Amino acid sequence: MALARGIGLRLIQAGGLLLAVVVLNFLLIQIAPGDAALVLAGQYGSGDPEFLAQVRADYGLDQSLLVQLGAYLGNVGRLDFGRSFFFNQPVLDLIADRLFATLLLAGTALAFAMVVGVLLGVFTARRPESPVSHGVTVMSLVGYALPVFWTGIMLIILFASKWDLLPVSGMSDLRYKGGRFGRALDTVEHLILPALTLGIIYLAYYSRLARASMLEVLESDYIRTARAKGVPERVVVYKHALRNALIPVATIAGLQFGALFSGAVLVETVFNWPGLGRLAFESILRRDTPTMLGILIASATLVIVANLLTDLVYRLIDPRIRVGGAR
Amino acid sequence: MTDVGVALEAVEASGRGALRMFLRNKAAVIGLVMFTFIVLVTIIGPGLYGTDADKMVARPFSPPGDELAPRLGTDYLGRDVLAGIIGGGRTTLAVGAVAAAMSMSIGLLVGSLSGYYGRWLDAALMRLTELFQVLPALLFAMVLVTLLEPSARTVALAIGLVSWPAAARLTRAEFLRVRELEYVKAARAIGSSDRRIMLRTILPNAMPPLIVATALTVGIAILFEAGLAFLGLGDTSTISWGSMIGNNKGYILEAWWTVTFPGFAIFFTVLSVSLIGDGLQDAFNPKLRGR
Repeated sequence: MALARGIGLRLIQAGGLLLAVVVLNFLLIQIAPGDAALVLAGQYGSGDPEFLAQVRADYGLDQSLLVQLGAYLGNVGRLDFGRSFFFNQPVLDLIADRLFATLLLAGTALAFAMVVGVLLGVFTARRPESPVSHGVTVMSLVGYALPVFWTGIMLIILFASKWDLLPVSGMSDLRYKGGRFGRALDTVEHLILPALTLGIIYLAYYSRLARASMLEVLESDYIRTARAKGVPERVVVYKHALRNALIPVATIAGLQFGALFSGAVLVETVFNWPGLGRLAFESILRRDTPTMLGILIASATLVIVANLLTDLVYRLIDPRIRVGGAR
Repeated sequence: MTDVGVALEAVEASGRGALRMFLRNKAAVIGLVMFTFIVLVTIIGPGLYGTDADKMVARPFSPPGDELAPRLGTDYLGRDVLAGIIGGGRTTLAVGAVAAAMSMSIGLLVGSLSGYYGRWLDAALMRLTELFQVLPALLFAMVLVTLLEPSARTVALAIGLVSWPAAARLTRAEFLRVRELEYVKAARAIGSSDRRIMLRTILPNAMPPLIVATALTVGIAILFEAGLAFLGLGDTSTISWGSMIGNNKGYILEAWWTVTFPGFAIFFTVLSVSLIGDGLQDAFNPKLRGR
């Protein structure tokens, strides 16, 4: 019962947050210097009087601010994010086309960072003075300080010009003529470097987090009890301790989704990855405002959904939250 | 002596202890030396080196080590890469510092009001913080800079506006923790005003984690500025490390040096700041060392 109420409350909160994001977007259009119609039409669209008139009508721009806000909310509520004059397509279609590529990239990077990060974290928590531990400490410092776009460029220089090992641009080889399996393999090859670039920053972060969390759990009473009972060390570490040590890691992973998206903008630009991030960059170069704002709303929605899912999982795996409300 | 005085005394004493701890930390001192060196180079370097970073000095794409080229080679316009690195730090560091100051100020204001007053104000301010947290920071900054016309000022403003939620949450947590301590109750009992309690009693005791957060925020702001400049968002008339990489990104396979060296400049700057931050963390909180 408490679980259902907690979830219901979170859903309402998420809905409110989404509404706030849309209102903020509306305010952004208003604070931009110049005519809102010109902003909404984008650089290419503002040269076309017919398109401008269409935009004015769609957003009720000749009426009061409140009516404009109502029109804007109504449009977004119908999933109408406007039209990109440059592509001559609804913004929603543009976003839908590129969503999968970004989710694939971000998901792979996150999975890589979490799995390797947790393994490193567990290892270093058990042997804090080993050379590997010191290596991981240095690595996490380095990972934090690396500009992600530069890491990508360095990997391109190494893998393309020095070793000629992996493809460094795009998501698939256009010349490729093979079966479905071959094509999937081709995509995986294209995915490796961008996902590695994006994952490195988070790897540094997760290994540190997993290590701290593991050190804390290993000192707790129930672990001492398990050891005293004569439970084998392997089982103590990987079954008893790891399970609880993973909770903060999983929580942070969900909350980091927004940051992951920011990184994806840079990584997709460097590797010509055909996702939302590169579309955002290109629409900014073209001053294609509807697309730009549509991506901002879409990505914030993704983050809200990711946070919501994390919260649900968190409630399910941590009985302290499930039973007793907030800790 | 009042309780407040005792509290301040304790903080000052721990401050001196922390300084000693910091100076004994090798990595932190290396960070401090590195950072000081980088700041000095960006301030007096361009005058000492003498070559204009905007001027064509040799054939485009002359590699480093080429007899006719400057030490680190030239870029696609034949400009001296080393001169760019020496001159390009100015924008990055200034924007990073202003943005971090802004981010910390907003975070401190929101977090302290939220943590001190609680109730509806806390609820409202935390919803606002959540709103800023669900917007992907870089994308949000890109949109802000584009809508407000790109310049160093709007870049600093945008970075400050998108990066304060972490500081707000941290400040709030610290205020919630300190608010319940005995000496705060004592200060309230002797009739100190809210303002006085917040600024003179709670804030000094909440300072250590906030100082650490400031160092980290400077690092993040520098990476942000570099990222935006790389994407071509910023003052296009001045050279910065990020824009050097962005301008040459079409030629990375032909001229690796044009993108590699500016990246090292960004990397070492952020590394030095985070070494300082880690050192401060250890100095203020020796129990957490190594975690």
